[in-house]
Amino acid sequence: MSEHIAPLKLYFTVFITLLVLTLVTWRIAYIDLGRWNTVVALAIAIGKATLVGTFFMHLRWSASTVRLVLFAAIFWLAIMITLTAGDFFSRSTVQPWQASSAASQPMPSAALR
Amino acid sequence: MIDSRRKYKLHNSQTAVYEQFDDRTQQHEASSLGMWIFLATEIMFFGAVFTAYTIYRNLFTTAFEAGSHLLNTPVGAFNTVVLIGSSLTMALAVHAAQKGKRKQLMAYLVSTMCLGSVFLFVKFVLEWMHEYKDGLAPGLHWTYAGPQSGHVAMFFCFYFILTGIHATHMIVGEGIMVVLLYMAWKGRFSTERYNPIEMFGLYWHFVDIVWIFLFPLLYLLGAHF
Amino acid sequence: MSSAEVAIEPRIHYLNVDYSIKSWLLTTDHKRIAWLYLMSITFFFTIGGLAATLMRLNLLEPQGLLVEPETYNKLFSIHGIIMVFLFLVPSIPAVLGNFLLPIMLGARDVAFPRLNLLSWYIFMTGGSLVIYAVIAGGVDTGWTFYTPLSSLYLNTHVMAAAGGVFIAGFSSILTGLNFVVTIHKMRAPGLTWFRLPLFVWSMYAASIIFIIGTPVIAISLALIVIEHFFHVGLFDPALGGDPVLFQHLFWFYSHPAVYVMVLPSMGVISELITAFSKKKIFGYHFVAFSSIAIAAIGFLVWGHHMFVSSQSVYAGLVFSALSMAVAIPSAIKVFNWTATLYKGSISYEAPMLYALGFIGLFTIGGLTGLYLASIGVDQHVHDTYFVIAHFHYIMVGGAVMGYLGGIHYWWPKMTGRLYPDGWARVSAIIIFIGFNLTFFPQFILGYLGMPRRYAVYPAEFHTLNVVSTAGASILGLGYVIPLIYLAWSARYGPIAGPNPWKATGLEWTTTSPPPTHNFEETPVVTEEPYGYDRLAEEIQVA
Repeated sequence: MSEHIAPLKLYFTVFITLLVLTLVTWRIAYIDLGRWNTVVALAIAIGKATLVGTFFMHLRWSASTVRLVLFAAIFWLAIMITLTAGDFFSRSTVQPWQASSAASQPMPSAALR
Repeated sequence: MIDSRRKYKLHNSQTAVYEQFDDRTQQHEASSLGMWIFLATEIMFFGAVFTAYTIYRNLFTTAFEAGSHLLNTPVGAFNTVVLIGSSLTMALAVHAAQKGKRKQLMAYLVSTMCLGSVFLFVKFVLEWMHEYKDGLAPGLHWTYAGPQSGHVAMFFCFYFILTGIHATHMIVGEGIMVVLLYMAWKGRFSTERYNPIEMFGLYWHFVDIVWIFLFPLLYLLGAHF
Repeated sequence: MSSAEVAIEPRIHYLNVDYSIKSWLLTTDHKRIAWLYLMSITFFFTIGGLAATLMRLNLLEPQGLLVEPETYNKLFSIHGIIMVFLFLVPSIPAVLGNFLLPIMLGARDVAFPRLNLLSWYIFMTGGSLVIYAVIAGGVDTGWTFYTPLSSLYLNTHVMAAAGGVFIAGFSSILTGLNFVVTIHKMRAPGLTWFRLPLFVWSMYAASIIFIIGTPVIAISLALIVIEHFFHVGLFDPALGGDPVLFQHLFWFYSHPAVYVMVLPSMGVISELITAFSKKKIFGYHFVAFSSIAIAAIGFLVWGHHMFVSSQSVYAGLVFSALSMAVAIPSAIKVFNWTATLYKGSISYEAPMLYALGFIGLFTIGGLTGLYLASIGVDQHVHDTYFVIAHFHYIMVGGAVMGYLGGIHYWWPKMTGRLYPDGWARVSAIIIFIGFNLTFFPQFILGYLGMPRRYAVYPAEFHTLNVVSTAGASILGLGYVIPLIYLAWSARYGPIAGPNPWKATGLEWTTTSPPPTHNFEETPVVTEEPYGYDRLAEEIQVA
């Protein structure tokens, strides 16, 4: 398990990297990249979180069960976001009544039955 | 005869193994796994708000960007640095505990607490109070009259909910650190026994990670105007 | 127990080690905590049951016999909230799980005993808040707390009830955490994953749902509270929000919560079926993994509660298909139990009657679930009594039958005493008959179009409603009888001995009631579970 004692130098390296990444993400945010602003910001955040998790939280030396727990939480969070977003962003694609009027039918045949 | 009330007193004060466990390894693995499962529930806890935020942010992108533009980004960046610093001192505290260096451990705990307090102070005084005065607190004091006022208000709802829950976690953490500091002062930790420090470290780093996501999601969204 | 009986049985065990109130309220013994839960959830079950009784009485007449429609709304809300969050969710995990899990693993206790006690106190705090909401004037949103009725337009004590559910949720989270760590780290030497009893597998699956799902409902209820107190539009369409988003967050937990209720029951049934047909379980790996599969797939199906909300048709299609998929692991279990019964030497003790009842009722409940997962049928029967009947076949016919079967099966272990078997069998049969009489007519009522949550109904539904209420009174009787004879047997029942059912499993190798540390010495496991074949050979040799 995580009874591993990490060298102090590693902690400072991670710390410096985190500071640099913070500076980068902050400055990049002032440049207009359109939709890519969010992508870049989140990618850097994921990178920073991975660094904190791997070294500060000793995931690198942890048991596989611990990693499985973390994976499970992220996996189910992804499910929650994906399926909920899947509802919201497919709503306006086709309105059934519009589709039928576009086909210039007075009523959808299914509704007549 | 075993007295049921005293069952889980430590049966060995040197290694500090509770009676339901066979040995120190088992106890350590159990508490580490338990802490990570707790963090998994925290991920889902914040995750539900993130889900709602993701939906609305995509539905009302311009309003959310306008709201984000009103936040004080440099102060947010400063606080990010403060919190990353406190994560470092926390990691160093665990390191000191592993090596059994009591004074170092106490010093790092104190610095973690100080950095955490700086974060909270900045949050309360330089941000929340300002936003309240500027009429950006929906439900309490809302005077924003720009376009899409309703959806901007929603952004600020999420801002206050997310940073509020985050700050609550930090306040809880500060409280726990007071206890840990007291225990360290009393010499309750040793190279054989530093589990509470290590488990609390996981919690503190997790709170840091949450902020690492909050900063870009809330502050950086509207910075490029 | 009186001192005279202690003289007959001088052995010290977890019950007679200390009699003081303090020794119960501050105990960290998982077996005593199980008793604390048993007492509390029996209390909540009684209140929820009383609410149901008043509802059924009111429906004796088409125009409503007893109460105003507003009161009726409060009755069904109280019934739902208490039964779901304060009875069904904690029932088997917190009572039987707490009692049995460490014993089945050969451990001295759960991994975090003090956390275990804390969960009970959290549970009681949440429960008290809900009870306060009931006394202060009730809740009228139903157990689903749909916004905006629960936040911006609320006129009852929703905040207290939602706060209570929020707090009680943390009790579930901590119990789930404790169980997962215990199963991972506290197994006895030789007890590999595939030597675990299936009850443990089902507890593991239910714990996953506790851990992953419960935080989500906690935060979504917190969002309602925020929306109410600050009058902000998180879900209010007038302010740009979407109430359907709340439904998404709510059902992300609350659909898997159904599996939290029924999965532990399935675990109990696996134990009962093998013990009373004296046969190894058919397809151990399939039954074990189907528990995990149900927990996993159960998180993908929540949208089938929202077919007639404004959810997109495409999301509806996906959720419908995924909902069908969850029937597969459930069916695997039913087939395996049936195959286990085949050529077994079956005996019909009371727990077995509950188990057989479970299989039949769960099958009906599960199959009607498939009807509801089909979008077309669901549009027709959505929010009718068909849905009521369907989920009561799962929750009462499934979860409660499993709970009662489990209580009857492990009662001799918990108390060290036997109950009158004749009475137990009679009450099991009464419950089965009463249950079907109550809820089968509701399938017909729902299909004919009687909507749920109304205090009144058209006169043509009168006969079926009278039948349903008559069934409910039989069912109520069936629940009272066990309460009486179990309470009697805890004190006066004949001594059970360590293994009254001649069953396998670590819990039957220790004494009844077990000592505080469960085993005199840590057991070593050398074989797979349900070794009834070997048991039969030994009997033949003897």
